[in-house]
Amino acid sequence: MILQYLDFEKPIIDLESRLEQLRRVDDGTDKNLREEVAKLDKKIGKIRKEIFSNLTRWQITQLARHPNRPYMLDYVNHCFKNFLEIHGDRAFRDDPPVICGFAELEGERVVVIGQQKGRNTNEKIHRNFGMANPEGYRKALRVMKLAEKFRLPVVTFIDTPGAFPGIGAEERGQSEAIARNLLEMSHLKTPIVVAVIGEGGSGGALAIGVGDEILMMEYAIYSVISPEGCASILWRDTARAETAAEMMKITAPDLKKFGVVDRIVQEPLGGAHRDHKAAADALKVALVETLSALRHLSRQQLLDRRYAKFRDIGLIKRKAGGNG
Amino acid sequence: MVIRLFRRKDEGDKKIKIPEGMWIKCDACLEIIYKPEVERNLNVCPKCNYHFRIPAMERIRAVTDEGTFQEFGEDLESVDMLTFTDTKKYTDRLKEAKKKTGRKEAVVTGAASINGIDAVLAVLDFEFLGGSMGCVVGEKIAAAAETAKELSRPLIVFSASGGARMQEGTLSLMQMAKTSAALARLSDAGIPFVSVLTDPTTGGVAASFAMLGDIIISEPGALIGFAGPRVIEQTIKQKLPEGFQRAEFLLEHGMIDIIVERTRLKATLTQILRYLTGSGDR
Repeated sequence: MILQYLDFEKPIIDLESRLEQLRRVDDGTDKNLREEVAKLDKKIGKIRKEIFSNLTRWQITQLARHPNRPYMLDYVNHCFKNFLEIHGDRAFRDDPPVICGFAELEGERVVVIGQQKGRNTNEKIHRNFGMANPEGYRKALRVMKLAEKFRLPVVTFIDTPGAFPGIGAEERGQSEAIARNLLEMSHLKTPIVVAVIGEGGSGGALAIGVGDEILMMEYAIYSVISPEGCASILWRDTARAETAAEMMKITAPDLKKFGVVDRIVQEPLGGAHRDHKAAADALKVALVETLSALRHLSRQQLLDRRYAKFRDIGLIKRKAGGNG
Repeated sequence: MVIRLFRRKDEGDKKIKIPEGMWIKCDACLEIIYKPEVERNLNVCPKCNYHFRIPAMERIRAVTDEGTFQEFGEDLESVDMLTFTDTKKYTDRLKEAKKKTGRKEAVVTGAASINGIDAVLAVLDFEFLGGSMGCVVGEKIAAAAETAKELSRPLIVFSASGGARMQEGTLSLMQMAKTSAALARLSDAGIPFVSVLTDPTTGGVAASFAMLGDIIISEPGALIGFAGPRVIEQTIKQKLPEGFQRAEFLLEHGMIDIIVERTRLKATLTQILRYLTGSGDR
């Protein structure tokens, strides 16, 4: 994979390539060179820390969409064993942006469902840039029903710019497909753990996002509309996307504060795209812990808890004056 | 998830200005029509059958038995939890919407009778910030579904909305899950839910409770869809076919049960409720 970088990553990347050059000539005999390498290494750490501790929401949006960011299948390959993909909605077609299958997590059988963006041009086209059609959501629902029937927990991976806005999607009931998943997931009689790994784009993300615990990678985003879409509607200017991202508060810490997200999974230094394995390891720990905690709940406890969780999300003002 | 809710200025300017009074111009056929006649006809154009958008209370008057409506949760108000400002502050947008509609939020919920059948109603008001769903709309729809379940009364929801409310961010997105979860419980209890789609029903409202009715009715000509037409055109770089995303298109594609004209709506709702609940003559 070719390493691509964002504007604000450039100072780090530049120093890193200098460091690499120095290391290549460093045969361990030159003391000055060794010191230079150590100094540069320290400097990189400092700069990276500086940049990453002051990221704007727009920069985080760019990290969430980073072309080198681990996608669903990267996590599946790193965290799970014996992945077996299954296909199709049994009604219309198989929708490649949505991937479903069985897998083992630390020896436990689970069902995995997620959205997959493509890495190169061919893959992107094949995966429709991670934008599902109704049959993708219906495939996901069919597999969730299988999970319920065979008492397997469900793990979902959210990473989509949104549900596909196309003629066929509308003809085949994009709204109905999303709505149906929300309803069915709310009372599916098996544990569901949701991981927002990249871009949580609106209803198309939520359509596989109703669950018992919502995990979110540190530099993922989750929003009601893309910053560009919001800017285009409210400011009539997509160039205001940066402002829209700030306004909508779409990052993991924002959403933890509002109770949308239960747990933030820390990414490796410099972001998940710099170290897929480390990112996957961190997510794996969170998944294993979360699933084992949910296993102690009875079906009724699980469903009551899930209902109460979504029932309580939101802030409103009641007559008494307090915020509820 | 959210479509453009407001006409652009340049589009508005093209309209011929007609003085306020007894005559209005139909948005669809452009005929000059006599206002009292239109009102008697439940705001449907007598010339071309165009269904004007109507406020929530007018809708309630048109389908319920006189004097039976009792409102729930009319005091709930939105909070500007994100301190959201675009070209205007969200708090100012709310103030203006309240002034314009005389309502506190974009949905009216309550109990009422329809030809003697007790039901729970929720009616979205497009005049209030495009009927957009924020936390209060989500709360009131979910509460209406819970009340319908407790009282064992059918739930009827009239939608008119551009989708989720951007000014409440991801919390508004979550209202889609909240309302759908409440409807799952209503459905599990075997209580009927009739969804009535009116112009327009799109975005997060279409992609949650609006499309979950046991029976889905639409008014003629209503725009119904997930993505707004402009977004689709921009994405696929193609002109959309005539009648795309209109009620008739959805009926043809098997997405809704029946198209009912406003003047027949009360009678049809009555018939459906009698079939689903087993009460009265069909």
